[in-house]
Amino acid sequence: MTHAPQGAIDCDIHPALPSVKLLLPHLDEYWREHILRRGLERDSFETLTSPTLAPLNARPDWTPAADQVETLRAHVLDRAKPEFAICNVIHGAQMMMSEDLSAALCRAINNWLAKEWLDRDPRLRASIVVPIHSPDLAAEEIDRMAEDKRFVQVLLLSMAELPLGRRQNWPIYRAAERHGLPIGIHAGSSFRHPLSAVGWGSTYLEDYISYSQGMAGALDSLVVEGVFHRFPNLKAVLIESGVAWHPAAMWRLDKTWRGVRAETPWLTRMPSSIVRDHVRMTAQPFDAPPDQKSLDRLLDQLGGDDILLYASDYPHWHHDDHDALPDGLPADLVRKICFDNPLATYPRLAVPATA
Amino acid sequence: MSKHVVASVAEIPPGGRKIVTVRGRSIGVFNLGGEFFALINRCPHQGAVLCEGEVVSRLISDGPGDYKLGEAGEMIRCPWHCWEFDIRTGQSWCDPESMQARMYNVSVEHGEELAKGPLVAETVAVSVEQDYVVVEM
Amino acid sequence: MNVTLQNPRIDRPGQAHLGYVDCDVHPMVKSGADFDPFLSARWIEHRKTIGARPRQGLSRATAYPRMSPGVGQRMDAWPKDGGLPGSDLKLMQEQLLDLFDVSHGLLAPLVGGHSAERNVHYAAAMATAVNEWQLATFVDPEPRLKGAVQITIENEAAAIAEIEKRAGDRRFVQVNIAPRSIEPLGRHRYRKILAACAAAGLPISLHLGGTSGHPSTGGGWPSYYHEEHPSYVQSMQTLVISLICEGTFDDIPNLDVVLVEGGFAWWPSLAWRMDKHWKRLQAEANLKRAPSEYLRERFWVTTQPIEEPPVASDMLGLIEQIGPDRIMFSTDYPHWDQDDPRYAFKVKLPDDWARMIYRDNAKALYRLS
Repeated sequence: MTHAPQGAIDCDIHPALPSVKLLLPHLDEYWREHILRRGLERDSFETLTSPTLAPLNARPDWTPAADQVETLRAHVLDRAKPEFAICNVIHGAQMMMSEDLSAALCRAINNWLAKEWLDRDPRLRASIVVPIHSPDLAAEEIDRMAEDKRFVQVLLLSMAELPLGRRQNWPIYRAAERHGLPIGIHAGSSFRHPLSAVGWGSTYLEDYISYSQGMAGALDSLVVEGVFHRFPNLKAVLIESGVAWHPAAMWRLDKTWRGVRAETPWLTRMPSSIVRDHVRMTAQPFDAPPDQKSLDRLLDQLGGDDILLYASDYPHWHHDDHDALPDGLPADLVRKICFDNPLATYPRLAVPATA
Repeated sequence: MSKHVVASVAEIPPGGRKIVTVRGRSIGVFNLGGEFFALINRCPHQGAVLCEGEVVSRLISDGPGDYKLGEAGEMIRCPWHCWEFDIRTGQSWCDPESMQARMYNVSVEHGEELAKGPLVAETVAVSVEQDYVVVEM
Repeated sequence: MNVTLQNPRIDRPGQAHLGYVDCDVHPMVKSGADFDPFLSARWIEHRKTIGARPRQGLSRATAYPRMSPGVGQRMDAWPKDGGLPGSDLKLMQEQLLDLFDVSHGLLAPLVGGHSAERNVHYAAAMATAVNEWQLATFVDPEPRLKGAVQITIENEAAAIAEIEKRAGDRRFVQVNIAPRSIEPLGRHRYRKILAACAAAGLPISLHLGGTSGHPSTGGGWPSYYHEEHPSYVQSMQTLVISLICEGTFDDIPNLDVVLVEGGFAWWPSLAWRMDKHWKRLQAEANLKRAPSEYLRERFWVTTQPIEEPPVASDMLGLIEQIGPDRIMFSTDYPHWDQDDPRYAFKVKLPDDWARMIYRDNAKALYRLS
């Protein structure tokens, strides 16, 4: 594995939110009483997407109980010294069946992020957590949080109740585009369906591996439904879903397009070229091929040196310490992955941020 | 019907409550912003200890997706089935016409007045300097 | 006008319910670690790291939160020295068994997560652990309590082994099966498990709730617990339809089915409807008898949460239609919507019905002495 250079912009770190109780000060009066009436402050709302203590999700030296910002400084911020690190919260808030409860919890999480994380370290940035199953409320939340320039992206999970590209979801993309915010699509599901059409598997291992297929489906949906046509300035970042699956998925999407294009005539160019213009991917986990020749071929097939973004995925345990990039990447590409590409993808990183 | 001194006013601050026993009956005495109310500590639905439930706000909504808190602390929620009752009237929120927790008259009287009579059954010691909460039963 | 309206007074001698059988009592763990003495090291590690993997988005909570803390508990049933309601046997004795002189309390341990677990090996280990745990923690110290055999129906071999292992152990009186399964319970893939229950002389008890990975309604996921709660009752009815229409009782004529916490006011209309349409379609379903006959002979229901028709006396007509021999009293202690045996029925039951519903039906079905 290759060490990322000091200062590399870290596009995916995960604050843990071990108890709903932490959100109480960040809820409005109504929802605070609502949560307390139902006793929800006693829950963690841990998701099936990220069991906190599964070996994949927790470095052995990390615990959700410690002062997380201090631990993050010790493990990442003061070691790798990233210029910026983007906080992505994966939480059951997005999974609540009540749209309003979901929205209230998302608002509280964003308030909590601003106060308990971003205010505490100037290197931290964050993604706006939104109630994905309620696009209008999600758009409202994007409008509300976009004023704080430290929020640099809108966070979605790759699998929700509807495929992401469906028109019902477009208010989210309209708001994101209006504020110059990419949508970050993180591996995960709200589990309103099995993770795939073959049904429910048994193990977390099986689920985790199949997030690549789930992400491919989400990407197909965004492209084919015409989201990038309708919102030409929208960018999407595929987060924590592997990289190596991507070329094969694009070949299939392109090939099918040639024959069935008439069904969706707004797709006036090769799907993969739309993806190349609009879509970026975090490079952790990379799921790299085992030899240099295959790696070179994969990098070539990805179709550009501006596609990949550095991410440690801290505190998930994909790699030891901060050697988070595969061996054998050309130095020029490493620099792009670690600096140029994140800056180009997240224009707000260049904006001096004040709360 | 007689008067029963159940607490000093200082014992039940605004937003507070005290569960007392008067003539063998458990009663909840509540202070809502300086006004006192007394309800039977027994839910008319299935007999649970109503007055030991959560004190909650009134809820107001203009329509789907609209949520507002009304007056804080004016409703008592039964510890069993979560049915809400108005502390001021004892009425069930969902079924005010036909379901009501029994209310008792309650007043605040000065120790000096109480000392003069008429007959008062004391469950707390009364001193002439203080104000007291008095339940009629 | 200032009239004090009082709840209609229900005057029944308290003695009428002494010695009743409570068909739905929920024991709880203080924490997941309570199962560890009954799990192998391999599964303890799994419990602590991977944890429960149900077919829903949250591993330890529900996306339809209840209205009171602890996933919907009676607020005055929290043990003073910690732990969830139902986790303290002494408090359960005080608030339920002793207070009402309960002769038998039938446990329904909705704990361990085995009924919804996707990893069927972990599920089977956990089902066995919950069985051992209920004996050690509740049934052995308090013989009035009777256990329910826990299984996971997605692991046929383990389920049948567990049922056979417990057969003849009178500390267990029934088998709990989760009512929301991957396929409807009448489907052939589950038939051998049901046959094993009948062969062991154990009724199956289907306690409302759970997650199957399918939306709660045929039209998708509702938004609120207010919808989710009645959807359980709809599921209960589709379960009856499945078991009957798939010919379960022609295959296993002595299978007894108890529907717990699913209400019962729907029973007559479902019976009428099944029979009416079966007449036209009997060639397709190929049942030996009219659907309602299986319902009448092989199913029982428990009372809580009690039906509360606006005209209280409608309850009597309803019981008459179903048959007072099919209905068994339950409290659901210590859940938020539990019933008090003295006040649950808002109408006076004829004495012979009360005896049947509160005691005799359950004693006969479960062979309680």
